Amino acid sequence: MTAEPLISLRGITKTFGDGAAAFQALKGIDLDVQVGDFVAVMGPSGSGKSTMMNILGCLDTPTGGEYVFKGIHVEQLDRDERALLRRRYLGFIFQGYNLLARTSALENVELPLLYRGEPKRTRREIAMEALRKVGLADWSHHMPAELSGGQQQRVAIARAIVTQPEVLLADEPTGNLDTERSLEIMRLLEQFNDEAGITILMVTHEPDMATFARTTVKFRDGLVEAIEVGQRQDGAAP
Amino acid sequence: MNAVLITTFALALREIRRHLMRSFLTVLGIVIGVGSVVTMVTLGNGTTAAVQQQISSLGANILQIRPGQGFGRGGGGGSQPQPFEADDIEALRQQVAGLVSVAPLVQSSGLAVRNAANWSTTIYGTSNDYLKAQSWSVDAGRTFTVAEEQAGKTVCLIGSTVRRNLFRDENPVGASIRIRDLSCQVVGALAARGSSMGPMDQDDVVIMPVKAAQRRITGNQHVSMIMVSVDPAYDSKTVQASIKSLLRERRHLQPADADDFNIFDTQQISETLRSTTQMLTGLLGAVAAVSLLVGGIGIMNIMLVSVTERTREIGVRLAIGALGREVLLQFLVEAVVLSSLGGLLGLTLALCASLILAPMLNVPYIFDPTINTVAFVFSALIGVLFGYFPARRAARLNPMDALRHE
Repeated sequence: MTAEPLISLRGITKTFGDGAAAFQALKGIDLDVQVGDFVAVMGPSGSGKSTMMNILGCLDTPTGGEYVFKGIHVEQLDRDERALLRRRYLGFIFQGYNLLARTSALENVELPLLYRGEPKRTRREIAMEALRKVGLADWSHHMPAELSGGQQQRVAIARAIVTQPEVLLADEPTGNLDTERSLEIMRLLEQFNDEAGITILMVTHEPDMATFARTTVKFRDGLVEAIEVGQRQDGAAP
Repeated sequence: MNAVLITTFALALREIRRHLMRSFLTVLGIVIGVGSVVTMVTLGNGTTAAVQQQISSLGANILQIRPGQGFGRGGGGGSQPQPFEADDIEALRQQVAGLVSVAPLVQSSGLAVRNAANWSTTIYGTSNDYLKAQSWSVDAGRTFTVAEEQAGKTVCLIGSTVRRNLFRDENPVGASIRIRDLSCQVVGALAARGSSMGPMDQDDVVIMPVKAAQRRITGNQHVSMIMVSVDPAYDSKTVQASIKSLLRERRHLQPADADDFNIFDTQQISETLRSTTQMLTGLLGAVAAVSLLVGGIGIMNIMLVSVTERTREIGVRLAIGALGREVLLQFLVEAVVLSSLGGLLGLTLALCASLILAPMLNVPYIFDPTINTVAFVFSALIGVLFGYFPARRAARLNPMDALRHE
């Protein structure tokens, strides 16, 4: 794992508010993420890990510093260019699932393909394939309200991987789930990391979940406190 | 771009179907607003047309000259106004320029009898000029001959109501009927005019030469009304002025005296009535426009609420790679489809309501393309305005802020 890193952050800062009320959430982050890595981002609440994830996901812009993704200087892109970057390379998994209500699992998974301009038939096929991968092929016509939390998160994962992204960004994906469902979700992520080679960045509070990662990055007070590499022994997940 | 548009359109339709209740509430205000505006204006126009038609059935460019000081004034004077004489007719005919016809009118009523059938009717003594001024023709037989008019022969024309009651399906021409004590030969049957003046049946009439009526029915030389039809090439006001000065002179009025006769101008009445009904239509339309406005505010509220509700959805769409303008386009299409649908439903509602109400109010149904277009465009604009701007606000948010929206 040498060569050019997939993601490279240099001196990233993020300040919310101005003047006396200003709060610096990130105080200068340097971080490299290699292709195919599975990174767990840990740290106490308010340590800036979610803020960094949002910046990595192009959902938010840094106040200062450089963010290079595949050689592209993201901090110089405009709104639409960032949207296209998300569309092409990134997949998101949220703690609260964020599925569209009153919209079937299949239609939720199809959504990103819609914005890629795929024809309807192709959309159906690819979306069904993604649902199959997360083990929900039989639930494709159920509404989110009819699915359990674990199932909803699996639909969200299917939606995130349906476009075959290079990077999957997961913000506390198991935060709302019990241990057994959490492990299911983690095994899925692990599988996509191993088999499809998707680079994964995951924010989590739970050390158990972090053991699935190859690299653990610890945050404290808006700075990277420690980076631990090679925690996981391949193929020996609990 | 075209494929995107089609996809967006499909997406918008799907959202409308998925949220039927919300869509219905959004549309309701527009349906009611557009429906009431168009119905009010349509019925108002129908009323105007009905009044116009009644006025024009009196004849175009017609002046009715009556003794007395006119509406509401002559009665209080005490002295009976001096009636017109046959000479007055002749004088008008010869001395006033711009008159197409001058017809005397003597009016009475009585029983018309034929064999066993009898019918109480109105009797007019007049001339062919009267028929000409009213553009009234005969269905069967003929009008009076010059000889009949000059000699005052006891011949008559009967209206369709009288014909129906006395003759049923038989041919009346050539038959004899008795009017009061007078035996009278029917020379013609008049065409039906329809009872266009409210309850008054214009076809319930027997017409005979004025001299016959004066001699045998009223028993004097008086003429109760003169009906004059004015050449359209002449100015009606000028003609009225010369009639007035001629009659004043013939009736020996001093400059200080008020007119003891009045001239009733159908044109003028028609214009007055038209402006009145148009004003009423405008008033009704304004009241209905308020309801359209209220409907618009209703749409605005629902759209605002639903955009707040949908800000998270917008956030999700942005996060998975939708461009701001794609999300906006979807909302815009939704708003346009919804409000156009509401507008169309409103127009349909108005059509149904007008078609039901018009016969009840006894006015014709007249389709007014202007008000239909204006109401429809207005409804579409409201929908677009109130659907688009809140959505634009949401689409400009940072995706993360939209996602976190509570």
